[in-house]
Amino acid sequence: MIVAQDLSKTFRTASRKPGAAAFLRYLFHREYKEIQAVKNLSFSIPKGSICGFLGANGAGKTTTLKMLSGLIQPSSGTVRTGGFDPFERRKDFLRRITLVIGQKQQLIWDLPALDSLRVNAAVYEIDAAEAQRRIAELSELLGVSQKLDQPMRKLSLGERMKCELLAALLHRPEILFLDEPTLGLDINAQQSIRSFLREYNARYGATILLTSHYMADITALCERVLVMHEGSLVYDGSLQAIVDRATPVREVEFELSQPTTTDVLQRFGEVAEHSELKVRLLVPRSELTHTLAHIFEQLQPTDLSVKEPPIEAVMGQLLRDGKVEPIGTPIQPAADKHEAVRV
Amino acid sequence: MFEAIRLWALKIRVQLAAQIALVATYRAEVVLWALSGTLPIIMMGLWTKAATDAPAGITPVQMVRYFAAVLLVRQMTFVWVIWEFEQDVMQGHLSHFLLRPFSPIWHYIAGHIGERLVRLPVVLALIGLCFALYPSAAFVPSLSDLLLGFAVIAFVLLTRFVMQLASAMMCFYTDRASNIETLQFTAYMFLSGAIAPLEMFPPQVRAFAELTPYPYFVYLPARILMGEPAPVAQGFTVMTLWGLVFLGLQQIGWRRGLRHYSSYGA
Repeated sequence: MIVAQDLSKTFRTASRKPGAAAFLRYLFHREYKEIQAVKNLSFSIPKGSICGFLGANGAGKTTTLKMLSGLIQPSSGTVRTGGFDPFERRKDFLRRITLVIGQKQQLIWDLPALDSLRVNAAVYEIDAAEAQRRIAELSELLGVSQKLDQPMRKLSLGERMKCELLAALLHRPEILFLDEPTLGLDINAQQSIRSFLREYNARYGATILLTSHYMADITALCERVLVMHEGSLVYDGSLQAIVDRATPVREVEFELSQPTTTDVLQRFGEVAEHSELKVRLLVPRSELTHTLAHIFEQLQPTDLSVKEPPIEAVMGQLLRDGKVEPIGTPIQPAADKHEAVRV
Repeated sequence: MFEAIRLWALKIRVQLAAQIALVATYRAEVVLWALSGTLPIIMMGLWTKAATDAPAGITPVQMVRYFAAVLLVRQMTFVWVIWEFEQDVMQGHLSHFLLRPFSPIWHYIAGHIGERLVRLPVVLALIGLCFALYPSAAFVPSLSDLLLGFAVIAFVLLTRFVMQLASAMMCFYTDRASNIETLQFTAYMFLSGAIAPLEMFPPQVRAFAELTPYPYFVYLPARILMGEPAPVAQGFTVMTLWGLVFLGLQQIGWRRGLRHYSSYGA
């Protein structure tokens, strides 16, 4: 459905040093520098899949989405979206895609969403009765049926985003490019949009490419992630695999039935914390089962839990460093964010 | 074929309806814009006083009629696409229009026509005010003059829109492309007959002006509405030629500009 081969984008920008002398020089002689926003990206996304684009700010995610959707022309490389060269922006191509940019609106601010939806229906040549049916269906799914006749400016951020999604999907696109679709929304609105996207994907077999800084969006929707770092693709695979590779240890927390020394505890793993009866160990993931058996046998713990580091912390470190190989340094997770596995 | 035309007409109609609804939301702003364009009423006062000696054979009554017509023409042919396009490029709103299977230009055209329909009653009230001030000059154009006058006004609007849209293509390269319009506006004000009828110009200046499209933007439709002889064929010819030149520039600028477009802010 989407195939990119050696896709690159370079922007040329004028640069100037601070100070009056530099400004005068700038008036007569401008120096330009080239910024390579995307470097030799190659990937292929099959029909009907949901893929997440991950990366820190400036990693090149949005630039990539803009190239895939045909908004900007690649500097080099090739891209085919739904069998089309996106930058040609043929009508048949535009009818098959949509691009939603979080906090950027296409609906007319001062008019009710219904007015803008009527324009969209006409532009996409959707029959009036069919448009009405689709609006009813999508607004029901999104929970905004009662909001469509109110001016957009009177709606909450979450309601506006839902109306934007409705407008973007009215022509029932096969390919969705979503750039931060849940940006700034509260938890309920985020969940609502996630379940809507899952439903849309299941119902129409749509291909969805999503960028988000909320890991909950990625974990809820994407089986596959593409991680970008400074314009390059550094990982393409399943989310679980990248987390496993990035966090080679698990945290084992327990209370001892009787005091023991740190030297004894070090036989089971790296001691992260030891105070009286409370112990926190970092155990290599590959040795976890074996180590747990030894702990139960030799230390008789009264309460034991195994914790995975929070995915936000893992991805945060990964995206900062751009390394997908095991980072090495165990992550110190905040206790309240852990997903505890009781044993 | 008929189906394609029907769908195209539907797209225009629906966009126009949305734009009229949008302009109507800010009708007070439209009234203020209309009031801000009352320079012809000021010029009317000045030239009517000066015309007591009938310079260039123009009587005070003709002066009042001329500037009343100028008021209507200028209000009906005002174009602002460059400012709107500049904002859309700078803020990335153009991206949404580019991803629709319908040229973004129609959005701007619908906006101009919609605003004009809401503005017309205010303009007619202003013209009524002119004739209330100078009742001896009050007149109603003949139907043929009115039809021809409005046909020329529509053509002027189209030509000015195309010319400004061509300049707007510079928005792809610079953040302040609208400054180009300031230069063109100076030529427009001086050469169009908005400040003084062309009869008041020195012959050489008038001959030069008639090679440009500007006199046909104001002087020509104003003369037609007054029922005075006017160079209609010459006006259409010159405007068409200039319009085609700027249309060519706009098309080149659009194609090149889109390759340069970075979709900032979106």
